[in-house]
Amino acid sequence: MFDTTLTWNDLAFLAQGAAMTLAVTAVSVTAGTVLGILFGVLRVQLGGIWSAPLTFVLDVFRSVPLLIQLVLGNALQSIAKLGWAPFTTSCVVLSLYTAAYCSEIIRGGIGAVPATTRRAARSLGMTWWQDMRYIVAPLATRVSLPAWIGLTLGVMKDSALVLWLGLIELLRASQILVTRLQEPLFILLICGVIYFVISFPIARLGGYLERRWSPND
Amino acid sequence: MLNYTFHWNQALKALPQMLDGAVVTLQIALLSMVLGLALALTLTAFRLSGSRILSGFATTWVEVARNTPALFQIYMAHFGLGNFGIHLSPYTALLIGIAFNNAGYLTENFRGALKAIPDTQARAGRSLGMTPIQAFRLIVLPQMLRVAFLPATNQMVWAILMTSLGVTVGMNTDLAGITQELNARSFRTFEFFALAAVIYYIIAKLVTLAARLVAARMFRY
Repeated sequence: MFDTTLTWNDLAFLAQGAAMTLAVTAVSVTAGTVLGILFGVLRVQLGGIWSAPLTFVLDVFRSVPLLIQLVLGNALQSIAKLGWAPFTTSCVVLSLYTAAYCSEIIRGGIGAVPATTRRAARSLGMTWWQDMRYIVAPLATRVSLPAWIGLTLGVMKDSALVLWLGLIELLRASQILVTRLQEPLFILLICGVIYFVISFPIARLGGYLERRWSPND
Repeated sequence: MLNYTFHWNQALKALPQMLDGAVVTLQIALLSMVLGLALALTLTAFRLSGSRILSGFATTWVEVARNTPALFQIYMAHFGLGNFGIHLSPYTALLIGIAFNNAGYLTENFRGALKAIPDTQARAGRSLGMTPIQAFRLIVLPQMLRVAFLPATNQMVWAILMTSLGVTVGMNTDLAGITQELNARSFRTFEFFALAAVIYYIIAKLVTLAARLVAARMFRY
């Protein structure tokens, strides 16, 4: 029969790890989205040539492995003697990583609003801000939200890499238990199920919104 | 101010070693992509087969691959399989993990691409006397691959970035692994990893460029 030495305490330890994963994700996605919206709007407003430096920097965040970014971020903060905790470093790096992808999504969303609609708003006497607030934001959200949900889930999964900086999140917690109990398959399965249970319903919601909100063509 | 002296010389001296690692990285990414494509085509065929067991298997694969971290999948291949007495080398575990991940995402890409091809085309092929397999292979597949080409390119870049995860299971011949070894020997973390980042960036850009050229050549019409 199947039996295991896994105790309730160990499960609580895994739950703590999951809480850490969620905390890192929540902080990074919030900060990354704010930055991403800022960068996205900036890139649209500045146009291709003037925003080229910003586009390049953001592109670097998308073309270099996250693991390398985390190590570099950690090395930089210790060179600059900032004395950040691993949690802070992880969140800063993940936020910038999120912002790079988010600005791309925002840019796509704004680009999907027909220029004529925006010009009509401006001809009616709306200011740039009013145009952004009442015309662009609602229309762009429809296009961007499903992709943004995908990004959030992506960051949640990628946040597993912060274990390299010594943060005990879900995957690292399971690894510690594997080392102690020597039951890799069972514990990793639990870990996978936890990830799946967090991710799958939200992924389904994203898919639903994408179908529901897609233009009727 | 920064009380730190950069020693770029050490990193630059190790450049040939790191470029050797970059070749291994590219090799793993390419292999995992070939495996992933083969698996994804099989899974797509399962989905279209109409058998509930086969399409259920394909759906499970896709959802697990897309809803768990890539690092978890690599851990599963490396530590999880140990339960059955299968002890894979870091290289094989990494390759299996990434191929599993690629297959899941590519199958989903194919599903999206299939939607872009009207059913009527396959039906027209069938009325011309083609067998279902012929209709799929000669009519649907070429168009599907064309639509799925760009997302597949993105997946290739992802595969390159994912290879860096190998270092967490003890891989020491790819770019990230070699960088980590050099770092462990000299503690010049920033210099070595900055150089690695530059190499990764260049590889990613070259692959994107190559894919664009191939696409321009293949999809001229």
